[in-house]
Amino acid sequence: MPKQIHLAAHFPGVNNTTVWSDPRGGSHIEFSSFVHFAQTAERAKFDFLFLAEGLRLREQAGKIYDLDVVGRPDTFTVLSALAAVTEQLGLTGTINSTFNEPYEVARQFASLDHLSAGRAAWNVVTSWDAFTGENFRRGGFLPQDQRYARAKEFLTTAFELFDSWKGDEIAADAGSGQFVSRPDVGAFSHEGPQFSISGQFNVPRSPQGRPVIFQAGDSEEGREFAASTADAIFSRHSEFEAGRAFYTDVKDRLATYGRSRDSLLILPAATFVLGDTDAEAQEIAHQVRLQQVSGQTAIRFLEQLWNRDLSAYDPDGPLPDIDPDTGDDHIAKGRASVRMNRDPVAVAREWRALATEKGLSIRELIIEVTGRQSFVGSPRTVADEIDRFVQADASDGFILVPHVTPGGLDGFADTVVPLLQEKGVYRTEYEGTTLREHLGLAALGNAVPVG
Amino acid sequence: MSQLHLAVGLEGAGWHPAAWRDPAAAPHDLLSAAYWTELVAVAERGLLDLVTIEDGLALQSERDDAPDGRTDRVRGRLDAVLTAARVAPTTRHIGLVPSATVTHTEPFHLSKAVATLDYVSTGRAGLRVQASLRPFEARHFGRREVSFVPRQGVDIAGDPLVVDLLGEVVDYVEVLRRLWDSWEDDAEIRDVATGRFVDIEKLHYIDFEGKHFSVRGPSITPRPPQGQPLVVALAHGPAAYAVAGRAADVAIVTPHSLEEARAAVEGVAAERSAAARTDGPGHVLGDLAVVLGATTAEAQDRLARLDELAGEPWSTDVDVIAGTPTELADRLQDWASAGLDGYRLRPAVLATDLAHITTGLVPELQRRGAFRTAYTASTLRGHFGLPRPANRYAAV
Ligand SMILES: Cc1cc2nc3c(=O)[nH]c(=O)nc-3n(C[C@H](O)[C@H](O)[C@H](O)COP(=O)(O)O)c2cc1C
Repeated sequence: MPKQIHLAAHFPGVNNTTVWSDPRGGSHIEFSSFVHFAQTAERAKFDFLFLAEGLRLREQAGKIYDLDVVGRPDTFTVLSALAAVTEQLGLTGTINSTFNEPYEVARQFASLDHLSAGRAAWNVVTSWDAFTGENFRRGGFLPQDQRYARAKEFLTTAFELFDSWKGDEIAADAGSGQFVSRPDVGAFSHEGPQFSISGQFNVPRSPQGRPVIFQAGDSEEGREFAASTADAIFSRHSEFEAGRAFYTDVKDRLATYGRSRDSLLILPAATFVLGDTDAEAQEIAHQVRLQQVSGQTAIRFLEQLWNRDLSAYDPDGPLPDIDPDTGDDHIAKGRASVRMNRDPVAVAREWRALATEKGLSIRELIIEVTGRQSFVGSPRTVADEIDRFVQADASDGFILVPHVTPGGLDGFADTVVPLLQEKGVYRTEYEGTTLREHLGLAALGNAVPVG
Repeated sequence: MSQLHLAVGLEGAGWHPAAWRDPAAAPHDLLSAAYWTELVAVAERGLLDLVTIEDGLALQSERDDAPDGRTDRVRGRLDAVLTAARVAPTTRHIGLVPSATVTHTEPFHLSKAVATLDYVSTGRAGLRVQASLRPFEARHFGRREVSFVPRQGVDIAGDPLVVDLLGEVVDYVEVLRRLWDSWEDDAEIRDVATGRFVDIEKLHYIDFEGKHFSVRGPSITPRPPQGQPLVVALAHGPAAYAVAGRAADVAIVTPHSLEEARAAVEGVAAERSAAARTDGPGHVLGDLAVVLGATTAEAQDRLARLDELAGEPWSTDVDVIAGTPTELADRLQDWASAGLDGYRLRPAVLATDLAHITTGLVPELQRRGAFRTAYTASTLRGHFGLPRPANRYAAV
């Protein structure tokens, strides 16, 4: 039997791919949009719906960034409401470990797992910085290594809380009057550098035992964190060779932690453009790129690498010949930086060489170097490509991010999914009811040791 | 005859400590979505203004200084905001008011959660804010010490810790409201010509600086349908009247007599005018625990049976009424003369007493012209005749 493909849907909120100017674009806040999107994903038998999170409005050069979608609802609240309008779709929420506390987050995920009958997942992220911290009691800045130290201990502590109920404590025996079997149900005690807490957890064990755990970091620390603890990775490596390299790298790390290669799924984010023919899809994809990267967007993107005000430059003209400011990031706040883990001067040199070689303007260059559409073609081409990636271990499946909200998934559900089903690489019915089952992960049953 | 507002408090199997042992109760279902959606559906069929959903950041305890270690009471519960959100798409009119502890949580998170509850319920969200004095709850967070304050007997109002925690509730609500206002209603412009999705002149930093926290803003969530969801506070005495008067849209007071009801209404009103509130009238609801039956004797028998199962008479922070829906209607109308706008009822056993409220009390009040016969508004503020608040940041 060929490897089975996992598919999921990312409701595209704040990002630089959503084409909000598209006449088919609707609200990214109204609940009706989420209902439409989630029900399409469930109709297509996707594993789960995914929500990203950002806890402060992004800024550039001291002003709120206004060229992309701005604003999003609260992750937990939307997911819980979606549990009412779907029956089997997994519900994955991105929740930050820097600006939350384990007792509260564990409670929210355990509650979501009960209210959705076993469909909750948590994408543990550690971003960003003091800029975001200005919205929180916790405040302050945590350097990269401490963010992961906190994230790891946060997750360990949350597991201790999830596991503090074994699952058999509720007797609810009206006759004898015994509601719980022991006075110390949910007892926990955690002593560590990040958290020193004790008491009794007040949500009994949830259907999945624990939510499924996702990780989305890409650094060395991030990869180790995923290999030691996560059930799935939301990866940014959606190109074939990069995907295979990442896949191999992370799966090879699992053995160190005594884990099998199928205990961690690699699911890159992927975009797609469909057309009746491959040529038509290519043409649509080109139009989408032009909509995603306006002249202004291109300049603002360039400013993020250059770390300078470039508003005087013409997006249809050549790249600046001054070098990036290598000092502290001060232009862009609250977003994944193009400068992260890279030498900006070297990147600028590469970009200039590329622009010269191909005769590209600033806007054309940005279109060239920023994420292209992952899958472009007729439904047949896209189905074949997705299958090729998965069979070749470039991924275990994809988290699809359509560029139109909320209807951007409809065509995929109607055309690509049936082709994958015909190939025998994709489910025609959900086999289980929990997200853990959709992902083919081992059930936890009652409490297992903290991993 | 003025009409009363009616709310029902949802708590476990009911508010009586032995409620879960009642033959009608379903004690194994308290953590299921179906249980909560059914209860709220019943309340909505009864045209009630709202349901509150109780919550806490620790295991239920009858002691305030430590977990009580009891195994004969309902223990364990779900997050109330998430429960309300799960129920929202299954209902259309009723207000959803989860409780949330503000002492250990982040106002930024709660603000967007309740704004989102308002979106998923299309304008029916509220929030009951509560402070936590429990040291064992504080240990779940490990960030601050909260020392034990006894609940009964001693007057706790002047205790510096209480003053501090209640002051923090007022700050917290101020931050919630500023965050809800931090987007003007028409901030999203989708101006294709200029490429701007929002007009950043209509997004506002709230720059709150308080004793326990500071918050910069703006919210990540646009202004919710009601502008500001309804803020509710339970107020047992003068220290809490100050919080309710300064911060809440609806106060729930706990009188044990007509005189106490009058004093509570006046107490909240005085605090409200001292705070120079300009956002319309505040509402005050009386809180009552109820055991209902077709006859007085039946209700009293039910209470006696429950008390026997619990091993002690039911004594709680509010008045307990055991009687017929007609007797309850009499009491509600009588105390309304003290200036109460309505009531929150705490059913002894949800499975039984909620139905008595919706199929016994409500028709009785309707006969008397004292309760609505259909929903006339679609938002929670609308049920209370409250206007959609003006945005403090919008240029006039
Ligand atoms: C594909 C992908 C998606 C991410 N989505 C989010 C997100 O929605 N919210 C967030 O705060 N961080 C997000 N992150 C940031 C990471 O979780 C992580 O905190 C950040 O990349 C820094 O860690 P690293 O250095 O290990 O990459 C995402 C990262 C990746 C690679």
